[in-house]
Amino acid sequence: MLITPLIEAKAELTDGGLAPEPIVLSTRIRLARNLADEAFPGWADATQRSDLLDRCVESLSSLAVLKDGVFLDVSDLTDLEKQVLVERRLVSRELIESEGGSGVYVSPSQRLAIMVNEEDHLRIQGLHSGFNFRKTWDDVDSLDNQIEEHLNYAFSDTYGYLTACPTNVGTGMRASAMLHLPGLVMRGHMEKVVRMVNQLGLAVRGSTGEGSEATGSIFQISNQQTLGESEEQILKRLIGILHAIIEQESNARGLMLEKQPSLVLDKIGRAYGILRNGHLLSSAEAVNLLSLMRLAVDFGMWPAENRALIDRLAMEVQPGHVQCTAHSDIAPEERDRIRATRIREQFASFPDLDFSNIQLMPNPNQKN
Amino acid sequence: MAKPEQCSHCTKPATIHLTQIIDNKIHKVDLCEDCPFKQGVTDPEGFSLADFLLKAPAALASDQSLQCEVCGFTPADFKKSGRFGCPHCYETFKEILDPMLSNMHKDTVHRGKVPEKALARLSRQRRLDQLESDLQQAVQSENYEEAARLRDLINQTREAINKA
Repeated sequence: MLITPLIEAKAELTDGGLAPEPIVLSTRIRLARNLADEAFPGWADATQRSDLLDRCVESLSSLAVLKDGVFLDVSDLTDLEKQVLVERRLVSRELIESEGGSGVYVSPSQRLAIMVNEEDHLRIQGLHSGFNFRKTWDDVDSLDNQIEEHLNYAFSDTYGYLTACPTNVGTGMRASAMLHLPGLVMRGHMEKVVRMVNQLGLAVRGSTGEGSEATGSIFQISNQQTLGESEEQILKRLIGILHAIIEQESNARGLMLEKQPSLVLDKIGRAYGILRNGHLLSSAEAVNLLSLMRLAVDFGMWPAENRALIDRLAMEVQPGHVQCTAHSDIAPEERDRIRATRIREQFASFPDLDFSNIQLMPNPNQKN
Repeated sequence: MAKPEQCSHCTKPATIHLTQIIDNKIHKVDLCEDCPFKQGVTDPEGFSLADFLLKAPAALASDQSLQCEVCGFTPADFKKSGRFGCPHCYETFKEILDPMLSNMHKDTVHRGKVPEKALARLSRQRRLDQLESDLQQAVQSENYEEAARLRDLINQTREAINKA
């Protein structure tokens, strides 16, 4: 399979450089860029799209930072491969549903990915595990500068970087963080948080599933506005609000432990039991239970290094990944069995949960 | 105040009235029962009220005279997709665009990063194109003195481009 090297490589989201931390799972920044004097991908015809793809790939492949990276043409990929790439957050659904003349360039660490001919000619994405906007911005900014040496960007003095959709015009920047918020979800405060965040001009999305009931209590929070402020101002505002949410989450966890300890410890204990012994697990159930195990690590009931293993499992239990490792097209029920087996085997090597020394984690995430 | 009767996106009666406050600005959308599902209001992954708000009002679609001279895009196309056809559309549809941008963003003027190198290269290239077309004209009108001057300028510009 074309994508095998990507799955087997040490990737940022599964084997990030830094130890994973509580609450903030990952940070992402993407820049929308277009080439001057060319029709946007949605309006270009097939020849224009494929010419532009060739031009971009030629320029990208000359960049030192993408050396040893891979370029994947969407039309060469099977449906399963496409699904795995979406699950790894390297491409969007829009890209894989495009009609051809599109693709993605992925750096060896998978920290950088450039989609060509998605909604815009180029979507430059930087990704880091944890709460890491500085590093992510530095990566993306520098890659953007290098691309600019080869390609003429569509830019206006008034409107900034011109994008297919006016919602992205200006900086073309969408910055987001994935947050693990089981405390706010269990305390029933997520709706309030979503409302507050919306009022401040940010968007909240469940990683999957419905608004305030996201699978695994994982939410993505991002800026909506791209014009009228510098990248730095946008990031500063976003980071400020994220700190506020992190604090709310810490408070919610503290209150839970103080007021309803049995309720939350029961949930964690049961999750452990099922993951350790279950024989059939759907992807949503697995993610929800793994989310509770991440909380157990944050509470000091499990060694900190288990956090990385949980994050890796959460990636690998997704449907595309399970099918990919099974090397065959399998029915959903068989998938649930394989998923449960994989988790059971992994859990057999983990120590028991330690309910004797539960603590709220010390103030995390101070580096941004 | 009576609610508008027609869906903002089609001609069906509006039965859903959505109000969202973004950045202390009130945004209202009136929808029929079909459009939200088509547009994915019920799917938080796919729905952004912003995309909805950005669709140009129905009145603009009837302005047939407006069309992007570079890519042929019309306001009707924009109403359908919510996206533009090419970078030049931002000039063509400036009047429709500006009020939408001020609703959507902090301001209507870019204050962020500038692609210095690409812009310098682009402006040199455009200057070269202009000089070359001037040269052709000068030759056609047998203005050889001007043609010689332009040829020197073209050579200088080419050199500058090669150095950069």
